[in-house]
Amino acid sequence: MPCLFVTAQTKPDSIRQLQEVVVTANRYKEIIPAQILKGDELEKLNSFSVADAIRFFSGVQIKDYGGVGGLKTVNIRSMGTNHMGVFYNGVQLGNAQNGQIDLGKFSLDNIEEIALYNGQKSEIFQSAKEFGSAGSIYLTTRKPKFEKDKTANLKAGLRAGSFDLLNPSLLYEYKISESLNTSFSTEWINASGKYDFRYRRVTPSGNLAYDTTAVRHNGDINAVRTEGSLNGYLPDGMWKVHVYHYDSERGVPGAIVNNVWRNGERLWDKNSFIQGSLQQDFTPEYSVKINLKYASDFTHYINNDDKLIHVDNIYKQKEIYFSWANKYALRPNWDVSMAYDAQWNGLSEYKSVARNTHWLSLATAFTLADRLKIQASLLGIYVNERAGESDSVSLKKELTPALFLSYQPLKKHGLVFRAFYKKSFRMPTFNDLYYTDMGNAYLRPEYAYQYNVGVLYDLNPKNRYFNYFHIGVDAYYNLVKDKIIAYPKGQQFRWTMLNLGEVDIRGIDVTAMAVFRLSGDWLLTGKLQYTYQKAIDITDLKDGYYRHQIPYIPLHSGSAIAMLTRNDWSVNYSFIYVGERYNQQENIISNYTQPWYTGDISFVKALKINGATMKLSAEINNLFGQDYEVVLNYPMPKRNYRFRAVIEL
Amino acid sequence: MNKYISPLILFLLAACRGDEPTVPPEYKPLPGEITADSLPSGMYVLNEGNMGSNKSTIDFADFRNGVYIRNLYPERNPSVIKELGDVGNDIQIYGSRLYAVINCSHKVEVMDACTCKRIGQVDIPNCRYIRFLQGNAYVSSYVGPVAIDPNAQLGAVFRVDTASLQVTGTVTVSYQPDEMEITDEYIYVANSGGYRGGSGKTEYDNTVSVVEINSMKQVRKIPVGINLHRIRRDSYGKLWVSSRGNYKNIPSRLFVLDRKNPNSREMVVTDSLDIPCSNMCIRGDSLYFYSAEWNEQKGKNTVSYGIINVKTKQLVTSHFITDGTEKDIAVPYGIQVNPVNGDIYVTDAKNYVSSGTLHCYDRNGKLKWSEQTGDIPAHMCFLN
Repeated sequence: MPCLFVTAQTKPDSIRQLQEVVVTANRYKEIIPAQILKGDELEKLNSFSVADAIRFFSGVQIKDYGGVGGLKTVNIRSMGTNHMGVFYNGVQLGNAQNGQIDLGKFSLDNIEEIALYNGQKSEIFQSAKEFGSAGSIYLTTRKPKFEKDKTANLKAGLRAGSFDLLNPSLLYEYKISESLNTSFSTEWINASGKYDFRYRRVTPSGNLAYDTTAVRHNGDINAVRTEGSLNGYLPDGMWKVHVYHYDSERGVPGAIVNNVWRNGERLWDKNSFIQGSLQQDFTPEYSVKINLKYASDFTHYINNDDKLIHVDNIYKQKEIYFSWANKYALRPNWDVSMAYDAQWNGLSEYKSVARNTHWLSLATAFTLADRLKIQASLLGIYVNERAGESDSVSLKKELTPALFLSYQPLKKHGLVFRAFYKKSFRMPTFNDLYYTDMGNAYLRPEYAYQYNVGVLYDLNPKNRYFNYFHIGVDAYYNLVKDKIIAYPKGQQFRWTMLNLGEVDIRGIDVTAMAVFRLSGDWLLTGKLQYTYQKAIDITDLKDGYYRHQIPYIPLHSGSAIAMLTRNDWSVNYSFIYVGERYNQQENIISNYTQPWYTGDISFVKALKINGATMKLSAEINNLFGQDYEVVLNYPMPKRNYRFRAVIEL
Repeated sequence: MNKYISPLILFLLAACRGDEPTVPPEYKPLPGEITADSLPSGMYVLNEGNMGSNKSTIDFADFRNGVYIRNLYPERNPSVIKELGDVGNDIQIYGSRLYAVINCSHKVEVMDACTCKRIGQVDIPNCRYIRFLQGNAYVSSYVGPVAIDPNAQLGAVFRVDTASLQVTGTVTVSYQPDEMEITDEYIYVANSGGYRGGSGKTEYDNTVSVVEINSMKQVRKIPVGINLHRIRRDSYGKLWVSSRGNYKNIPSRLFVLDRKNPNSREMVVTDSLDIPCSNMCIRGDSLYFYSAEWNEQKGKNTVSYGIINVKTKQLVTSHFITDGTEKDIAVPYGIQVNPVNGDIYVTDAKNYVSSGTLHCYDRNGKLKWSEQTGDIPAHMCFLN
């Protein structure tokens, strides 16, 4: 049962997908610290969107503006959202406009695995772009698997609950032949987004100041996601075409401030992409992978509040992407790779900008006696941009290296030491460069330097009760330089963007897991995750916030999960803790934000009816009904519920 | 072992949420002698707070007791839900009452001037500035009553009866009106057009609206300059109007409006001074001003200070801070001059998202003291 986690990845073939290959953790593969949630475990966690699930990873901070439709962004090891790459079936999701991916938009319905890598994925056979981020999240959709004599799978689900949530979904997979199959997945998400929230304050002397409960408005969402894929298997390779379309209308729940309890911002999104990949082993030594993508994003934002400026803006983004990756095995234990990626980004309507980017990566992986593993990579990037009528406004060239090491000193013991260094950067976004009045076309990239050392230990005792134990500890030092920050212009809330910031980040991430077989059929899995992060602003000695903890980064955060299963019953309890933090740069009392911690519980029951499998689940989220805010003035929901029924044929 | 246990205990202590208290006020002594009969007795400072942060706060410099009180409002008014509000834009005393215009909370907060205790509020959408005459308050607002064309968001001036705190009249003016100046007959309103400029499709406003005060009718619009902001009257009846410019090729300017001829009641632009002005304060014949403008070439703010003689319209000095401490001000954001002892107060908004500073200079421009304020200290008024 405790299948940890790593499937051999180099050679996909059609046989392996029938019998789940599970490599237990004592044969270590990953050089790079990775955290993975998948399959059953992912299903049992009380998570609706990808962002909810990522809360259980160490080293990350989520900004959650609340509710089903509220913006949710992820920041890894305090380096900022823009340093995080999010990959969907291996190809990066882009947002050249503001660089942020709203992970609240990705429901878990069709996601089979979420993996988080610090630095980059432990694999040199990848596209050049995948070497580019300071941290990466990989979202993998469900791969069709067919039991003997079956040519089709059907899965239908219905989720409903608080916020007037109604979320039906359908998945159909069809085996055209042994080497060709197709899948189709769709879901509809509809919610009023209404929830009660409460503000209760006491005076400094402890008397009640005020206590009010109100309803969150304008957090409604109506979204349809449709996806399809065609997967083909070749004698020594595979190909895949994936089509994705997401269409939504939502309210943007604004800040709750004195005398303002609702607002009129609305947002329409249409995100579509088609991506194809082909992977082929030409010789046992030489393999090629090609990725292609075309994406089109449409955003329509209006602000209808009669009390405020009327805004009605349309943004259109387009992206064309090509990647060609090669791997060559010099020796059985020594691989080299080279990849070239090219991408064109265009933004139109509101502002007309185009950007061409080229990436070239060289990487090598070397293994000694299966115990010492080394990976090194070098990434070159070349950016060329055109804004409006002006010619090339900027031309940027960068070279960034990364080095990863891991060492297992004793063959028979699952003790592994690891270390990495990586330099990476993020390009200024189109908003940073060109946003009305605020943009600054002369911005340079923002750099992140990462140094990480860690140790992990795996234990598979042949004990009746105690089945598995794992602990991993990583300590790191990151430096963010030339950080792009908003800098005040002389008058009235006018800003410009400058490469001014500098952040020093020192942290420790701990993850631990244990599996116990209590008696008979009772199985208990426990997971713990803890993050310590001291992320301080070292920009300027003269600032009032010099060496203060940067906004929204808690010193301490963590989570705990306990899963108890017996036959087809399971109970899952998860707890998330985010420590005290400050909502602005100065660590003073008026910027202080209280810790929050929520407990979530879920019950899952599986049934077999005439060959069909049915799963019923009930979730209670924020069990203690804590009134908290993740982002200042964006209150989160109190206790809420979700129910789900899924039937698989 | 103790080394490991104590951080753990600290962590566990810090780990829990208690009751969430409102932010307590902080009291700091002001340097200098305590003068029990000082007049004015103190000065209120309204901190704007960044948009969406709900961190508009009121500080009070108590000249009689020599104390600076940071964030007075929550302590004096604990039961007000979500405290003072979001983005303060003006503070004034009229009679025995203190009025704070809270822009993004769409209200004018009315308090007792001595205690800062709440008396009531007047809901006015997107309110900007407040002035008074004969028992009425006049409040400018960026958005007037909803027009048929939602894209033409004309602003308005609301008349409020200070006794009943009810809106008793409204007049639609031009686009996004900011400061006003009131005479016996007219309200002069500086229109900015801030929602229209910068969009690329429409332009900033450039007019001063003239509103007949009794009928609450806009009778005239005087073309002055692009993106107007401040309007102040000197003791000779002239109006001093500042423009923000378009932040690109048209810089900020200072204009003088005077009667067309001694017998006319019509005001016209008589002078356009080649002096950028972000904010000003007139005391006697002296107009104290500063300017902070972004310089695209240099990539930083260009800050200037000065005094103009309103009688001669000549620049008297380009440094009213004389001891060199003006270099410590990152972004000047508010100015006030003590009518009795001539002390000059200048606030520094720094980066808009951290505590600002209030600097006090004596009449000769020497720094007397500096105090930490709330976020974006901007508006000041004296308590007698």
